[in-house]
Amino acid sequence: MAHQEHHTDEAQVFGLIAEFDEADQLLSAASKAYAAGYRTMDAYSPFPIHGLSEAIGFNKTYVSLFTLIGGLSGTATAIFMQWFASSIHYPYHIGGKPFFSWPSFMPITFELTILFGAFSALGSMLLLNGLPRHHHPVFNAKRFERASNDGFFLCIEQTDVQYDKEKTTAFLQGLNPVEVSEVLD
Amino acid sequence: MEARIKTVPPVLKAVAPLMEDGHSHESISRAVSDVVLEMPMPRPWYATISVGLILLSILGISTAILFWEGLGLWGINNPVGWGFAIVNLVWWIGIGHAGTLISAILLLFNQDWRTAINRFAEAMTLFAVMCAGIFPLLHVGRPWAIFFILPYPNTMALWPQFRSPLLWDVFAISTYFTVSLLFWYTGLIPDLATLRDRMPKGIARSIYGFFALGWRGSARHWFRYEMAYILLGGMSAPLVVSVHTIVSFDFAVSVIPGWHTTIFPPYFVAGAIYSGFAMVLTIMIPAREWFGMKDFITLRHLDNMAKVMLATGLVVCYGYGCELFFAWYSGSDYERTMMWYRGFESPFAWVYLCLLLCNLVTPQFLWIKWMRITPIPLFIISIIVNIGMWLERFVIVVTSLRRDYLPSSWGTYTPTIFDWAAYIGSIGLFLTMMCLFVKFLPMISIFELRLQHHLMKRGEIR
Repeated sequence: MAHQEHHTDEAQVFGLIAEFDEADQLLSAASKAYAAGYRTMDAYSPFPIHGLSEAIGFNKTYVSLFTLIGGLSGTATAIFMQWFASSIHYPYHIGGKPFFSWPSFMPITFELTILFGAFSALGSMLLLNGLPRHHHPVFNAKRFERASNDGFFLCIEQTDVQYDKEKTTAFLQGLNPVEVSEVLD
Repeated sequence: MEARIKTVPPVLKAVAPLMEDGHSHESISRAVSDVVLEMPMPRPWYATISVGLILLSILGISTAILFWEGLGLWGINNPVGWGFAIVNLVWWIGIGHAGTLISAILLLFNQDWRTAINRFAEAMTLFAVMCAGIFPLLHVGRPWAIFFILPYPNTMALWPQFRSPLLWDVFAISTYFTVSLLFWYTGLIPDLATLRDRMPKGIARSIYGFFALGWRGSARHWFRYEMAYILLGGMSAPLVVSVHTIVSFDFAVSVIPGWHTTIFPPYFVAGAIYSGFAMVLTIMIPAREWFGMKDFITLRHLDNMAKVMLATGLVVCYGYGCELFFAWYSGSDYERTMMWYRGFESPFAWVYLCLLLCNLVTPQFLWIKWMRITPIPLFIISIIVNIGMWLERFVIVVTSLRRDYLPSSWGTYTPTIFDWAAYIGSIGLFLTMMCLFVKFLPMISIFELRLQHHLMKRGEIR
């Protein structure tokens, strides 16, 4: 909630939001806003639009890295657990086989790798996205329920260095939206 | 990402479009979410859930008696210790393979037609795995001690046997259930947000809102979301294959004649996909009629699913051929005798014959296009395949166990009414869960339909 740290009178405003009817309009609007120098902004859409996050200058997810780390920790956990149980904690002879008979430990190792990896994929996605979250100012925007149905939104936030109420409004109006409105914090 | 979508080759002579014309983002949201929000449930839904609840109560009552009296109520004995419980376990787990196959493997192969059916099939997977999970729980005989199968620190300093396929099974099935649930829930988050936003204020809205986790459709969120989704798909794909492989190890790693063959893992996986697609068709054909989803689940989807069924059915037939060939080629008297008994001498020879009729002959009808795109014959074929796959597991479990190496330990198996009660009861659990699912959650992934609509409008897919 970075915006709450700047609590002046005008900080009651979260930003300016433009509403579009078409995904392609939002995509081109986002690219234009980025080209015009806006950075602290976000686009909202009812389905993933390819290229939209790149258009607002966001193209790095660390989800795959977290998933790799999570998956490998599953591998390590499984191997350690089975080695410890069979070689140290409760070793017993079965037909002269080695205590650490690793080929028969592979199925469980594989399963735990996937299990830990899956939790890391979902968990890191939510964590990096800052979810779950009880409320967000953008929900105050007019007709924002369309963002989960058929509406496409571009919100330039008040904390952006270039943000200026008049100029930004004019800029957004120039993108041919359905409507531009102010979002209260 | 853009390029990836554009490289999809055009569909040649598809029988129907992916989605019927005349839809908008709004009409898609409405059509799918209204089943949850507004539509009174159609009459067949009430009939289905009533049957489901009756069968479920049979499960409840028979299980209570079973716990009180003990496993002697079942027909299992020495040497046939596995009986219906394992037949049903393998059958249900197999059925549970279609969902994650559709959602993960078809996702990785970029098959557009998965969009309309993945949610439904994943739900089916979860419920099928739940039904499967009941049987080992009952079969251990002392369900209150079931936690002994888990590697937990205990005062006896005992560990489960990590070298046993039965323990691999525990890990495989529980991982499969958990990962399928995560995958399903990940897909649901944006749709739960849609339901939240379409609902009047109230308790129901708060509940949907809670599970939607505050999803707001931000471009950054979608970017990470898609990455997480494709990673889950990438991890689920080998997982699906591993689960039935490990289930087949329960048999193949043992030395019982008829079980100890290397064909089992691929043959089991193919059979699982075969029966899974059959079950998806069995429940989807009525559901698309009753809930008005024909615009989204078109004849194209039925056609494609029927083709997958035909292909995997042929692999299963190849598996049957291999079993026979291996038994003969092994030169082992025990293998040969067991196979001979299976086909001609055992009291279950008719079961083997029915199995061949169901699984070898029936899928051949799917070569005919009319059969693939006409719901009623396809529905009948899917039921026959389900029965055939159950019979297959019965043949594998029972005919092998009743004739092993020593004639002195030969026996036979007769299921009792409690075996049948647990079996039909699990079908009741499945029907009940499916009915509750279509009532309370969007049965088709709404956001993926919107994306599909968007791409169709741009002419990138048809």
